[in-house]
Amino acid sequence: MIADHIERELLIEAPVDVVWSVVTEPEQITRWFTDGAELDLHPGGQGAFSWNGFGKVVLQVERVERPHRFAFRWSHPEGEQAHAGNSTLVEFTLTDVGGNTRLRVVESGLTAIDWTDDQKSEFYDSHTSGWDRHLGDLVKYIAGGRQLSVR
Amino acid sequence: MTRAVRDDEEQLWAAVGEPSRRLLLDALLARGEATPSTLAQDLPFTRQAVTKHLAVLDRAGLVEGRRQGREVRYVVRPDRLDVATRAMARVAAQWDARLKRIKDIAEAAHREQQRRDAKGDDVPQAP
Repeated sequence: MIADHIERELLIEAPVDVVWSVVTEPEQITRWFTDGAELDLHPGGQGAFSWNGFGKVVLQVERVERPHRFAFRWSHPEGEQAHAGNSTLVEFTLTDVGGNTRLRVVESGLTAIDWTDDQKSEFYDSHTSGWDRHLGDLVKYIAGGRQLSVR
Repeated sequence: MTRAVRDDEEQLWAAVGEPSRRLLLDALLARGEATPSTLAQDLPFTRQAVTKHLAVLDRAGLVEGRRQGREVRYVVRPDRLDVATRAMARVAAQWDARLKRIKDIAEAAHREQQRRDAKGDDVPQAP
């Protein structure tokens, strides 16, 4: 049924080190995620993602284990410490598979979060690429509680 | 969004945010229609706990109760469930799109590196 986390995994035909750079370096993050990215890549490090015409979302780095694990909390109010009640946790896991990389991402705490209404609607209503195309499969995936791998 | 709509969504999120209630919804979906007593048999909860969770789900509009003699029979309201499911699916779709871009970028960078390495091998070694 409705999970409070999103879990995704895919195989990338590139070594773990290459994928690690793409996932963690601000100048790469802006190629797949945001228009602007600032990031202090250490546990407890602060950062911010921004989108033109949308604004800024602050983040806090939770875990950095090069080149296998990277985690951050985001969407908490600026100036506050991030914790389970005011942010979601995004965890990337990179696993070597014969010279290629299995990349797994889990975003958790989605329904437990104690956001204001505006933050919630911003988060869910903005930057919604791919929504229509994937809707059918995703609803099935969530309804069944199963993992849908993207390859 | 109007205040009323936002309050409505607030209740919905609070209702599905609790893991026990998600379990309960699962059980109710599986049964189609059930009384609190029946659901308590399916789940590791007391009948009282089931009744309490059902009340929260009812207020959020996720389930509907119909009194039949002494018991209330509950059904899931799929139209309402869809709102929460859709919001989750939207987050999932965003990650699908992001991961696909990560894959494209990493694979292109890797191919470029391989191409350069191959070229490098062709360069005659200095004596």
